[in-house]
Amino acid sequence: MSLLTTLARLQAVRSGRAEPLATVRHRHLSDRPMVLVPLTAAGESGAPLAVMLGTDRDAPRLHLVPQPLNRTLRFDFLAELAADLLPYLESFAGDVEQIEGSEKDPETGEKTQVFRELCADAPQLIVPNGAGVRHLALIGRSTRFRRTVEDEEPGPYPAPARVPLLGRWLTHLTDRAQVPGSSLLLPMTGLLARHWATGQSHLEDQHLAALLAWHAPPPGLTGAQAAERAESARDGQGQLLHPPAGPATDPRFDEFVLAPAIARYDAAVAALQHSAEQRDEAAAERARTAVKDAVGQLEQVLAAVLLPTWRDVWHGLDLLRALPPAGHLEERWTGDRWSYTGHRDRLAAGEPPQPRQDDAVTAARKLAQREREQTRLDVQEALDDPLAMAEHRLAGEAFAGVVTEVVPDYDTTGRSPKPRPLVTLRTADRPHADLGREAHRVHGPSAQKAEIVAVDPAEGTVTLRVLSGMGRRKEPEPGSLPEPGESVTFTLFELTARQSAPLPEPDDTPWTHGGPPGGAPVPAVPSASEEWE
Amino acid sequence: MNVSTNVPLGGPAEPLAQRLAELRGPAPQRSLNARSLAALAANPGCHRRAVLDAAGVDKTALAARLGRPAPFGQSPFAIARGVIFESRLKADDYAALLEPLRAHLGLPAGDGAPLEVPDLLHRSGPAVRADRTAEALARAAAEPEAWTLLDHPMLRLEVAGSAAYLEPDALVVHGGRCTVVEIKSFPVLDGSADPAKVGAAARQAAVYVLALQQHAAAAAGRPLAADPYTEQRLPGSPRTSVLLVCPKDFGNRPTAVAVDVRRELATTRRQLSRMTDIGRLLAELPAGTDFDLAADQDGVPARTSEQLTAAVETMPAAYSPDCLSTCELGFHCRARARCDDRVEQLGRGVRGELGSIRTVSAALAAATGADGTDDAAERLAYAAALRAEALGVAVGAGVGAGASAEAGA
Repeated sequence: MSLLTTLARLQAVRSGRAEPLATVRHRHLSDRPMVLVPLTAAGESGAPLAVMLGTDRDAPRLHLVPQPLNRTLRFDFLAELAADLLPYLESFAGDVEQIEGSEKDPETGEKTQVFRELCADAPQLIVPNGAGVRHLALIGRSTRFRRTVEDEEPGPYPAPARVPLLGRWLTHLTDRAQVPGSSLLLPMTGLLARHWATGQSHLEDQHLAALLAWHAPPPGLTGAQAAERAESARDGQGQLLHPPAGPATDPRFDEFVLAPAIARYDAAVAALQHSAEQRDEAAAERARTAVKDAVGQLEQVLAAVLLPTWRDVWHGLDLLRALPPAGHLEERWTGDRWSYTGHRDRLAAGEPPQPRQDDAVTAARKLAQREREQTRLDVQEALDDPLAMAEHRLAGEAFAGVVTEVVPDYDTTGRSPKPRPLVTLRTADRPHADLGREAHRVHGPSAQKAEIVAVDPAEGTVTLRVLSGMGRRKEPEPGSLPEPGESVTFTLFELTARQSAPLPEPDDTPWTHGGPPGGAPVPAVPSASEEWE
Repeated sequence: MNVSTNVPLGGPAEPLAQRLAELRGPAPQRSLNARSLAALAANPGCHRRAVLDAAGVDKTALAARLGRPAPFGQSPFAIARGVIFESRLKADDYAALLEPLRAHLGLPAGDGAPLEVPDLLHRSGPAVRADRTAEALARAAAEPEAWTLLDHPMLRLEVAGSAAYLEPDALVVHGGRCTVVEIKSFPVLDGSADPAKVGAAARQAAVYVLALQQHAAAAAGRPLAADPYTEQRLPGSPRTSVLLVCPKDFGNRPTAVAVDVRRELATTRRQLSRMTDIGRLLAELPAGTDFDLAADQDGVPARTSEQLTAAVETMPAAYSPDCLSTCELGFHCRARARCDDRVEQLGRGVRGELGSIRTVSAALAAATGADGTDDAAERLAYAAALRAEALGVAVGAGVGAGASAEAGA
């Protein structure tokens, strides 16, 4: 946490309300996001209990597993979820634009023009918190290798047909969520924490309702009081007034509400089985009604704990939509669209599901991509948002000031003199401005590089020699240089992400990284019949 | 699983035990267990927790009486799952446990030696059980060929002058040495598990290893090795790798992984030795302070909530937001930290960042530049000027204007 964030948190403690950490919105928000609130069964890794989802805040849909330990019911749930979610994910696949590019012919080395499809838009999933993202990743991992009834060898526990496909999409989305600045799958707590500071610790910010309490505390309460109420206030029966955002449920809800409801369902199912064995049609009819009632009751109690979080997520979206979008959002969202299109193409090409563990080449590529995106995100956020730039100024990586003097000067070492004017500015910032260090002008008419030639900390002045971005003539292009009295900002870091050295082709993978694919023994096909109980 | 039990303190520490019993009142004593020790070791500066734990005060009940009950609980589903998993491990004479252990110790699979499971008198008091465990451990260590499993043994550890009884899930003794077995119900998925949970399990296991090391050294009449990284090869001394047994992937089948806990062991030793002697902490308490949670026949509590609050206030706490997930009194201490306007409420790191500034008011005063005496204050004022400029809230905010108005106020 930087000192600026700490300061914002201190101010939030004093004001009792969330304080801004950004002046613009730094993440793309879709016009039609899919909000998804998952719940998991306690004690079982990745075992789903229920999910509430939808693109319409007034029409959430609920799916649940009446007995989380029953594999068949779990598959039924996943099939329902797939039937609900996949049409949304696939609805963006059809509308494409053609992007022109060039490709090198591997034999002749000639460049040829190619067109690639890029989906015009992409899906966006919003979950309440980071644990929700991890839960979706677990569901993805547990379902993408399943064999289905349609496979040649379905194995002992075939899954419904679309379940593995759901697993592959969830794996892709959760994997993409690891890329800094990506927006295909976003946790609401992360979104809010990026844009506002609360007067509590980062740890407490993981609780969505407590985090939101700082935005709109009820009259007469401070954010801290409202947050504590969201965390711990209980009703007469000992149930939380505001259930946690999941995926884990409150233990006391499990004990006093959920467990009895599941037991009622189990008893009804047992009675149904018994009556079937006895061939007692009247009893079976009664038992069927009892099962239906038990499921209805489960739906009721689960909807009751999901709805507050559902409303919270939409409330968070309202808050975020009130911020103006940052300038570089379109560019980053295009990256997300490429990611979506790429996965669509891999599915269409019939590629196998993502492996359990990445091979060396894929892992290195993913790591390089995440590092590159992190750098790009930092730079773009700084360009889009003065508050983000303030972080760099505080760190001595940038400085802003008013131009006091522009002195024409020329580099006469070449055949024709080149303009190398000196710009002096007065600044209150204290940059790590070593002489000779390269600086980059922010928001200039074109990319402009300069070199620090003099620093006077006592006077608060920095003098730079402008090196580029002035056109090709003898005199600088009009308007390419800042005027005296103008406010300018320079950074000591480059404003475009540098390309990292290319990775070797898969066939040239060094032995330290497992050698070329095919050389190493192929890991056993993940068991499609993996135990899951 | 750790079970809290009545622990009659005895032996030479009689006056201390007497004082601790007075603090607790007539309520049954809660014993220190490995989990609470690990939590205590994570925050060794907290005198409040050290005294309450040493006195065996029921912190859950105390928190409820203070008006901010602990938010912890365990779902019946998680408990059921744990029971099923443990019963699987015990099936077929602990086969699921022994096979990975043999592999880990480099022994051939199924060498035929039968497994001995001595009775450890689980129904007795902890002192008796600890003696019985020591006896069984000595006997098992004397026979290097045999395989002995001590199911839920009881270990004793001296912490800041008071005895703590610890109950590991199991100990396996073979070749004259023992290995701590820790059974957890979080899964190992594709060969890796949640690092936070593995870390917590390792810290907990390190407490057991430390207790066993102390015991082995005492039994051999030798001092405990000064360097925590040296493994003393004494009869019955523990290996510094523990066996973590977890469900594999999404199933209920166990998988065992050896976890080297030497680093955690070193940390635990250092933290526990840093813990101030309980006797000294008790001496600082005003006379007559106690945490009597009992109630008389009419249900009238012996102490009012105000009295309890005042008693708790006599012991300084070292609150940080991490406490909320490890300590029953976390919510209470947070409320106090907020009341006192302390900066710790925002996290441990913040305190370091702000140097000598301890309260929110002082920090905000420094941010307005009113009190720019030290480095941290100066940086805060600079940060405040930058923030005000970026948000465009300060009057006359401009480049280099040195805006001093407080943003968002």
